[in-house]
Amino acid sequence: MTRLHLAAALDARHFTAGPWADLVRAADEARLDFVTIDDSFGPPPGGARPDAVLVAARVAPLTRHIGLVPVATTTHTEPFHLSTALATLDYVSRGRAGWQPRVSGDESEASLLGRREPLGVEELFAEAADAVEVVRRLWDSWQDDAIIRDTATGRFIDRDRLHYIDFAGPYFSVKGPSIVPRPPQGQPVIAALAHVPVAFAFAGRAADLVFITPSDAWSAEKIMRKLDPRLKVYADIVVHLGDRRGAAPSDAAVFSGTAVQLADLIEAWAKSGIDGVRLRPGELPHDLLAITRDLLPELRRRNLFEPSQIGQLRERLGLPRAANRYEEAANA
Amino acid sequence: MPKQIILAAHFPGVNNTTVWSDPRSGSQIEFDSFEHLARTAERGRFDFFFLAEGLRLREQRGLIHDLDVVGRPDTLTVLAALAGVTEHLGLAGTLNATYHEPYELARQLATLDHLSGGRAAWNVVTSPGAFFGENFRRGGFLDHADRYVRAGEFIEAARRLWDTGGGEFDIESSQFSIRGRFGVPRSPQGHPVVLQAGDSDGGRDLAARHADAIFSRHHRIDDARQFYRDVKQRAVTNGRDPDSLKVIPGVSYVLGDSDADAQEKAHHIRRQQVSPQTAILLLEQLWNRDLSEYDADGPLPAVDPKLDEDDTIIKGRAGMYPDRLRTSSEWRAKAEAKNLSIRDLIIEVTGRQNFIGTPQRVAEQLSEYVQTEACDGFILVPHLTPAGLDDFVDRVVPLLQERGVFRTEYETTTLRGHLGLPERG
Repeated sequence: MTRLHLAAALDARHFTAGPWADLVRAADEARLDFVTIDDSFGPPPGGARPDAVLVAARVAPLTRHIGLVPVATTTHTEPFHLSTALATLDYVSRGRAGWQPRVSGDESEASLLGRREPLGVEELFAEAADAVEVVRRLWDSWQDDAIIRDTATGRFIDRDRLHYIDFAGPYFSVKGPSIVPRPPQGQPVIAALAHVPVAFAFAGRAADLVFITPSDAWSAEKIMRKLDPRLKVYADIVVHLGDRRGAAPSDAAVFSGTAVQLADLIEAWAKSGIDGVRLRPGELPHDLLAITRDLLPELRRRNLFEPSQIGQLRERLGLPRAANRYEEAANA
Repeated sequence: MPKQIILAAHFPGVNNTTVWSDPRSGSQIEFDSFEHLARTAERGRFDFFFLAEGLRLREQRGLIHDLDVVGRPDTLTVLAALAGVTEHLGLAGTLNATYHEPYELARQLATLDHLSGGRAAWNVVTSPGAFFGENFRRGGFLDHADRYVRAGEFIEAARRLWDTGGGEFDIESSQFSIRGRFGVPRSPQGHPVVLQAGDSDGGRDLAARHADAIFSRHHRIDDARQFYRDVKQRAVTNGRDPDSLKVIPGVSYVLGDSDADAQEKAHHIRRQQVSPQTAILLLEQLWNRDLSEYDADGPLPAVDPKLDEDDTIIKGRAGMYPDRLRTSSEWRAKAEAKNLSIRDLIIEVTGRQNFIGTPQRVAEQLSEYVQTEACDGFILVPHLTPAGLDDFVDRVVPLLQERGVFRTEYETTTLRGHLGLPERG
């Protein structure tokens, strides 16, 4: 039986830091591999969320192990700012940063920016793919050895180890290089939610890791056959543990029951070849705490999960070392 | 009670004030450096920590500038992380009104204000020109006059959003046509503190209308008093209480065991700040010509500066010399009178430290500036990362506290409270 990686999806409306610190610390102490922090460009119905990148940065110094994967939108936003913010999250978390890109097709979100009409779905994902390309190029635009501090010549950097990215596309062009040196992971982990064909294609082009929404182990296998084999695959499960009810319908499978029953379900799904599961607590903090308190010991007992000792998120998730495209080109 | 001094800590920047060649110089990018400076400032009961913003690496002669510290983190992300390791310290970030958008930035600043329990501040800057624009969707389309129009409308829009308490807004102005629901509930400060950086006429007007504080250049005390009176008068003209607009210049300092010791240290630091290569580059910024063939230990070039402001040799920095010919003839006269090499001259005419002396003398001078209405406080710019503020906090702060001109404990929880600014929003 292969071991799984475990993630939790945090979708909370708190604005003060305390509740966020409690949630992420609980996940950190339980040694989950990472949390995603939900966000959208505009406020969703039922209450706004705080900016997820800033929430991730706020809790980074309070935690030691957990990967921090905020959602940030590619529509309307500046790829340059996204790239530098996420690189900085990687610095403040010492190599634990990730990013879940999201698109915004909503007309009311477009008027918050007031610059253009909403794009169609194909274009939204095309723009998102361009944004990810720019973000990734900017991360690589400094070679790891660019800072030389050479007092003999008075040079702080070797400018030949910095690179213009010269990206030009239909939605934006970005010159580079980044203002932020290459982040500790080189390339922080990019994750994409994929439950429609256009998102599968986007994930294959842009992501390291994909969240899928199967209804059972058989459908997980079926989805995996459609995915780029290089992607790490995480199955989403909405989790209601204990006797709490009120499980609302979701795009993902909704589980309601005991921790042992949930472990049974995860064990069955694990046979489909997925790399991990992302648990979406139905109610916070209750279901997250039940996951850490009841589910994790059960999964460890079954040898389905073991806390990782690896510090950086990419490496922990079994992703290959991120080679620098410009360094490779320079050495070729 | 004597007037209280405002103190802020500027993280060392990407210019030659920051000395990286010193063995004590640490990383400009690792979080430990930011945490050290912020914790030091909080230990010293400072009002706030201050961070600049980078939008593109500087270039000179068409090449990425490599002689100063290069590379820095994203402003808001570092401030959010610092909120996790400090409790009282204000967290001020420079964010450009040209390359951000009101909804997104107002939301991020309100988020930071929530996540820090009311400690967020925004230092508004503007840039014209296509150089930075090449990294952004917007490109570079603003002409010089429109910078302040956009900045003013941007601040007004942000304040409107903060005033919604999360509700609906509908804004039509020359720069913005935006509407919808803001979402973010009222943050602890209502409006994060707004600083405006810059001494120009347009900058002063913008500050007098919109800002809580103006981040100015340091001036000699008479000029500083005149600047102070001018800015406060502009606030009054705009119907504001002059106390609601603080004047906080950025300053550097050098401490020594005696005044002579401090002067000697100051000179040593100036030589570190102006390497031979840096001397030539700084001279090029006035001359606007490639001077790479000149010897920094030799005399000034015989040719005059090139007067073409549309094609300057340096990109990514604000224009520093309004009258190149006049300044160059002043420099030439000084070099000839004292027989100075290029490097010696540059050391003398650029960026000498503002306060040099024993802790006692520096404390006296800082206090004199504030008590005689030359400013309301200071943004201290250390020359070393990350420990450059340690000596000030250990040796000068206690003297200011003894004089009764600086707090010994935090008395409020928000930055607006520390600064004694009125409620907003």
